[in-house]
Amino acid sequence: MLFKMSLRNIRNSMKDYAIYFFTLIIGVSIFYAFNAIGGQAATLKLSSGSMDIIDLLKTMLSGVSVFVAVVLGLLIIYASRFLMKRRHKEFAIYMTLGMGKGKISAILLTETIFIGLGSLGIGLLVGIGLSQLMSALVISLFEADLSAYKLVVSGRAIVLTIIFFVVMYLVVMLFNSVAVTKLKLIDLLYSEKKSERIKIRKPLVCILIFIIAVSALGYAYYMVAFDYKTLTTQKITLSIALGGISTFLIFFSVSGMLHRIIMSMKKVYYKGLNTFTFRQVTSKVNTMVFSMTVICLMLFVTICALSSAFSIRNSMNKNLKELCPADAEFKFLSKTYNEDTDELIKIYDLEDLFKETDFKPENYFEDYREYKLYVDQNFTVGNFLSLLDSKELASAGYFQATNILETIMKLSDYNTLMEFYGKETLTLSDNEYAVLCNYDNMLPIRNRALEPGTEITVFGRTLKPKYDYCIEGQVELSSQRLNTGIFIVPDSVPDESEVVYDCITGNYTAKTKEEKMAVDAALLEDFKKAREDFYSINPGDTYFSYNTRSDVYDSTVGLGAIITFLGLYIGVTFLIACGAILALNGLSDCVDSTGRYEMIRKIGVEEESITRSLLAQTEIFFLLPLLLAIIHSYFGMRFSSFVLNSMGTRGTTTSILITSLIILIIYGGYFLITFFTGKRIIRNK
Amino acid sequence: MELLKVEQIEKYYGNKSSLTKAIDDISFKVEQGEFVAIMGASGSGKTTLLNCISTIDKVSAGHIYLEGKDVTKLKGKDLYKFRRDKLGFIFQDFNLLDTLTAYENISLALSIQKKSYAEVDAAVKSVASQLGITDVLDKYPYQMSGGQKQRVASARAIITDPCLILADEPTGALDSKSSKMLLERFNYLNREYAATIMMVTHDSFSASYAGRVIFIKDGKIFHELSRGTDTRKDFFNKIIDVVTLLGGDVNDAL
Repeated sequence: MLFKMSLRNIRNSMKDYAIYFFTLIIGVSIFYAFNAIGGQAATLKLSSGSMDIIDLLKTMLSGVSVFVAVVLGLLIIYASRFLMKRRHKEFAIYMTLGMGKGKISAILLTETIFIGLGSLGIGLLVGIGLSQLMSALVISLFEADLSAYKLVVSGRAIVLTIIFFVVMYLVVMLFNSVAVTKLKLIDLLYSEKKSERIKIRKPLVCILIFIIAVSALGYAYYMVAFDYKTLTTQKITLSIALGGISTFLIFFSVSGMLHRIIMSMKKVYYKGLNTFTFRQVTSKVNTMVFSMTVICLMLFVTICALSSAFSIRNSMNKNLKELCPADAEFKFLSKTYNEDTDELIKIYDLEDLFKETDFKPENYFEDYREYKLYVDQNFTVGNFLSLLDSKELASAGYFQATNILETIMKLSDYNTLMEFYGKETLTLSDNEYAVLCNYDNMLPIRNRALEPGTEITVFGRTLKPKYDYCIEGQVELSSQRLNTGIFIVPDSVPDESEVVYDCITGNYTAKTKEEKMAVDAALLEDFKKAREDFYSINPGDTYFSYNTRSDVYDSTVGLGAIITFLGLYIGVTFLIACGAILALNGLSDCVDSTGRYEMIRKIGVEEESITRSLLAQTEIFFLLPLLLAIIHSYFGMRFSSFVLNSMGTRGTTTSILITSLIILIIYGGYFLITFFTGKRIIRNK
Repeated sequence: MELLKVEQIEKYYGNKSSLTKAIDDISFKVEQGEFVAIMGASGSGKTTLLNCISTIDKVSAGHIYLEGKDVTKLKGKDLYKFRRDKLGFIFQDFNLLDTLTAYENISLALSIQKKSYAEVDAAVKSVASQLGITDVLDKYPYQMSGGQKQRVASARAIITDPCLILADEPTGALDSKSSKMLLERFNYLNREYAATIMMVTHDSFSASYAGRVIFIKDGKIFHELSRGTDTRKDFFNKIIDVVTLLGGDVNDAL
């Protein structure tokens, strides 16, 4: 009997349940798809570096999954409580017929089990489909071999999904049972009759609160988006808190204020159904201040997460070609000191390494170039930028260590290298220098120092700048624009005893990807061994480092992939949550308002006008939080682009486009479902 | 002048195997400026009759003419236009929009006729003073008493100058004092503005305010009473007599 009733209930209230069911299915499928990435990737031919990254990605996604599960769990609890409220009348009938609360709980329990099983089953199927899309993404991100691709069902992901969702459904059941025990028959019977007390706020109070909220928000924006040079953790926390509170206050006051303004435009307000439409929206927004705030903030996080993730990834991939012009580079230097006097005895460079060990660059490289980097103990970042005041310096953001020694390079080394990289060479007269830099946060201040023609004194020689700006570029292999500045000086200037690195950069003899990977491995092995051999003969302070294009590629692509996946995961989950909350509220509002629509239909309002009114209501309802979120994001992105710049990332246009597209599909999808289902609800008599 | 002519209308519910005749061959006429009450017990078909006249429901057979135009033939946009421009509705449960103030509720009826704000404002104010609700115009339905709500609903019904005001149990949810006040207003509107009112009720007291009462039983016209020159009290007693007859089994009483 109970079983039958539950099944019927679900069928009857499918209208209400549709969104709930739909959301559950998306939730399950997303959860599965992201957790199945590991299994999916295992079948693809990926380099070992990429595999490591995928393992890391798997671990991170599992971690984020807990967070996502909590978000989805809260959403499900919210939705089920919400649907339960819709059924008070039905419960009342059960109770007047003498059904105990235990039985009602049992009905709800059975329903939850049905819906749970259904959504889990369908969700997993959809998820398996979705994960194929994911692997397409993995393939394109990691440039994997398509030939090895096959459809995989990840058992681990299925188990994980089932565990998470079963736990969630258990929590929902618990919540529902508790809620049922709290029900009172009298309230249930009259819950519909109780004429809704319209929450009306005094317009003056609203305007006041709105102004306060906007000012607070403006201050928070100013702090993160314009005054970010002086940001401290405290200030960031303050601006986040301010942002959150003022978002709440804006939603608290905006409808009252807007309504007052529109009301004063009497010709607009008293035109057609406008009065009705505005009142509907106002009362809705007023009863949903908290949800609206949460939705707005989640949208804000989504927009920032998605567009930042795509920006980082895009610029990483774009940077790679430009910033990795050679196959490999390694640096070496060894200094031996007199143990008693601490006096420098001898500096060994790469040449010495090659001479004294079996390590020969010709074994690996078809072609290579060598260059050295120097420092002057008396020439620091602070010296060069001495004419800038502390505020301008602070605009270098986190780069405030002014006592760092500047790196210096010989002109001939520079030119050989640039020729090798296929880039422009440079000519300097005997008393000139130039600065090479491509770190976005450092470029402007270096340029500021170069503009007035700041002279520098290095190794006792005074030089003037050839250009009043920096040459954009770098000498090392890198995934990002992170060259904070290298001074190029005439060959006669540097003191050979102040050399800090001897570097070789070159292209392999090997040509194919596999061969190159083999060389990478051999080179690393041999280089380590050579260093040890060398150290056993000439103990001293040995510096060395090593980098290959494939390493940079793997880590960059991997990092890009991790960021993309995490951004997508969190972003999509949040979007679903936002869409579902709005849709549920919007639809329940339609159900509550059927009487109102019926009435205006009776007094002769055309169906078309009613549909237009509903569309306007749904639009305002969905756009309001999105609009504020977009404004938030504009300033949030200003801040994040500053952070991204400090990571050497550039360009956000495409990523904003992709982000908008994702939002349009998911959020827009929920909007359309809400509108069309709502239309059906208010038409049904 | 004849305003409304109901001609042999029938309304069936259900299917062939179990047919319910809610209205079974009813015909009557309403003159311009008349105040007609339709009486009958629950299930007698009086609300169905009202719904058919107001085009909310469709008749199964027969014709209804308002100002000589057959409203049973109206379709689509014309239906809405007809309701909007020709009819005024007053319901038992007031049917005010709870999100709107009294003023906005009343003005809505005009603004959907695409009237300018100046016209709307003037009309709302004048109708509010006629019905004595000027001081509640800025209040929301939940802040008003039942009588006030019903007068606001009435204001909304008459503001468009409809040729026919249809009232479905308008005093059903009101206490006796408010009922009396509302009915006197109806009388006033009927007298001073020659408004044609058709009121469905099962309450003899309410019906006694009308100029004519049509009694319906089991979907048929059972009896008709005209007030003529009677006092309201006499008319009331006559109605009570018919109702007593109506209430029991007619065949037994005869």
